[in-house]
Amino acid sequence: MRPFVLGAVAYDPKVVTIWDGFKLFFEERGLPFDYVLFHNYERQVEAHFAGMIDVAWNSPLAWVHTERAAPSRGRIARAVVMRDSDQDLTSVVVVRTEDPARVPADLAGRRLGVGAADSPQAAIIPQWSLAQAGLDLSRTTIVRHDVLLGKHGDHVGGERVAAQALLRGEVDAACMIDSNLLALHADGTLPAGSVRVLHTTAPYDHCNFTVLDGVDEATLARFNILLLGMSWDDPTVRRLMDLEGLKAWRVGRLSGYASLQAACTLLGV
Amino acid sequence: MKTLDLGPLSLARGGHLALRRALSSLADGESLRLSGAEPELLVHARGLARRWSCPFREAGADAILGPPTAARWAGAERAGHAGPQGAVDHPPAHWGLAARGAAVEAGSPAFHFALDQRDEVWSDDAGRLYLQAAAAQWDPATIVDWSLPVELPAEVEDAVVQVMTFLIENETAALVVPARFCAQVHPHFREVMQVLAIQAADEARHIEVFTRRALLRRPAPGLSTAGGQASLQTLVDEPDFAMASFLLSVLGEGSFLSLLRFLDQHAPDPITATICRLSATDEARHVAFGLSHLERHAAHDATLLDRLAAAVEARHGALQHTAGLNEEVFDALVLVAAGGWSPAELQRGWDAVVALQTEMHAGRQVRLRRLGFSEEEATRLSGLHTRNFM
Repeated sequence: MRPFVLGAVAYDPKVVTIWDGFKLFFEERGLPFDYVLFHNYERQVEAHFAGMIDVAWNSPLAWVHTERAAPSRGRIARAVVMRDSDQDLTSVVVVRTEDPARVPADLAGRRLGVGAADSPQAAIIPQWSLAQAGLDLSRTTIVRHDVLLGKHGDHVGGERVAAQALLRGEVDAACMIDSNLLALHADGTLPAGSVRVLHTTAPYDHCNFTVLDGVDEATLARFNILLLGMSWDDPTVRRLMDLEGLKAWRVGRLSGYASLQAACTLLGV
Repeated sequence: MKTLDLGPLSLARGGHLALRRALSSLADGESLRLSGAEPELLVHARGLARRWSCPFREAGADAILGPPTAARWAGAERAGHAGPQGAVDHPPAHWGLAARGAAVEAGSPAFHFALDQRDEVWSDDAGRLYLQAAAAQWDPATIVDWSLPVELPAEVEDAVVQVMTFLIENETAALVVPARFCAQVHPHFREVMQVLAIQAADEARHIEVFTRRALLRRPAPGLSTAGGQASLQTLVDEPDFAMASFLLSVLGEGSFLSLLRFLDQHAPDPITATICRLSATDEARHVAFGLSHLERHAAHDATLLDRLAAAVEARHGALQHTAGLNEEVFDALVLVAAGGWSPAELQRGWDAVVALQTEMHAGRQVRLRRLGFSEEEATRLSGLHTRNFM
């Protein structure tokens, strides 16, 4: 039986551990499974359309790119499953505590530190959200911290560098996921009391498993059922779920991508 | 609905502890209203709720949270009880390195500790012996006055160096053997692991002082014989904990106890006397532990004594074609005890070494009897013990 082939982007060495673990998990439950790792999401999206993979573990930006490209290629894209931790994220824009800025418009004429330019959470959505809240982006200097371009900010690297630039006074504001603000406080990158939140985005969703029309529906159903049946309370799969950063899989939903779609349109990403 | 007001405390500065505590007290279906004066309360609460997999929604400036849907500790089990009576007979491999009595998360990895049966390793005296050993550690740099004058006749000094050389290689075997088994004992048997570890540390110190004494007046140690090493190799290679500890601690270190006391008594200089006396004190504990856990083991395993006897016989068989105690060591002991070359001194030295061997034989028999061997069997087995003492 031909294996069900997943595509994922190698943003960290642990990605091999994760998908090796999932390969074993699926195969022990009778689903032949294999995976292909890509250097960047752009290559993965192309490979998906080319039929090299059956399902793509996509960043939100890769999902938007797939969804947008599908109609012109006569294809239909679906988001089938996502992590509980992919739902309802917010990003924050922080400034140094003593900074005079009180509302997003106050950043006009100043320097906004973002993560990697292709990071939905640390660059694309925050810029759009600030613009919605009144900031004139054309009067704002965007300072990119392009750590691992092509990985769509799947790692904290760009956000950390932007935060460090903020403390050094090289930028006037920095963007990051809400939970990374906690993490950067906890690891000492942002000492307590050094920054405050100027702006919080509306909630949005993150990664999903994307399939295109023509996927073997019976195999896909088996894949979905096995994923959704994983319980974090089961110690034999908990390690894998911890590595992938989730407590439960959820049925994919599309309601959380509107702000990213709008942001992509605004920024021409 | 329960409430938690954090006041000015930030969730990024320790407030998460209070929140987790409050959430853990929620029953299924209950929720918590979280409030506080800190402006980033909602940002952090949302991040934490996602990390802990808690239902989350905003209610004005407050957050409403539900209990975590996943419970990491739901399937955890207690690794026995903390006290010495809390060790179980067969701790499972996945208790691993956990403290005895700790709650071990389900799914912890399995460790392969070969010595995982209580009856194989346990001694009710282990905890006491460990504490005693920890309290009795001595510092070779300060407890011995290394500046004392040591001016012995050249041959007597050479004899001391030869005896030290013999002691060093024997103590090295006595370090390697417990160190190896220490790494094989299931850490659930904490006291046993600690006793073996401190036993190895004792031997490290003995090796240090014997080396220092050997090199005090000579540029190099003395001779190491093939027969001596062959005898020790049978100890180092013994794969069975009970057999190794019987051969090493009960028979070997037991005999060494007599040897070290002999050297304390007959040493020609105060430094040699002091280091042998201190080492003997440590060795006595090693013998006590070996006897104690083997006594217990024998009480639970009727076949043990036969297997121990077979081990002595096998070792005797393996060594019967080697030279036994090398002449250099034997003569060095005579000379050390004699202290000089006069006929009277030599005869006194000879008599002392013969008496030493008689004492060793008697001591071994007492210990063998304590383990449960008959008088006749104890005499026979003691006679088969290596002529190399250890």
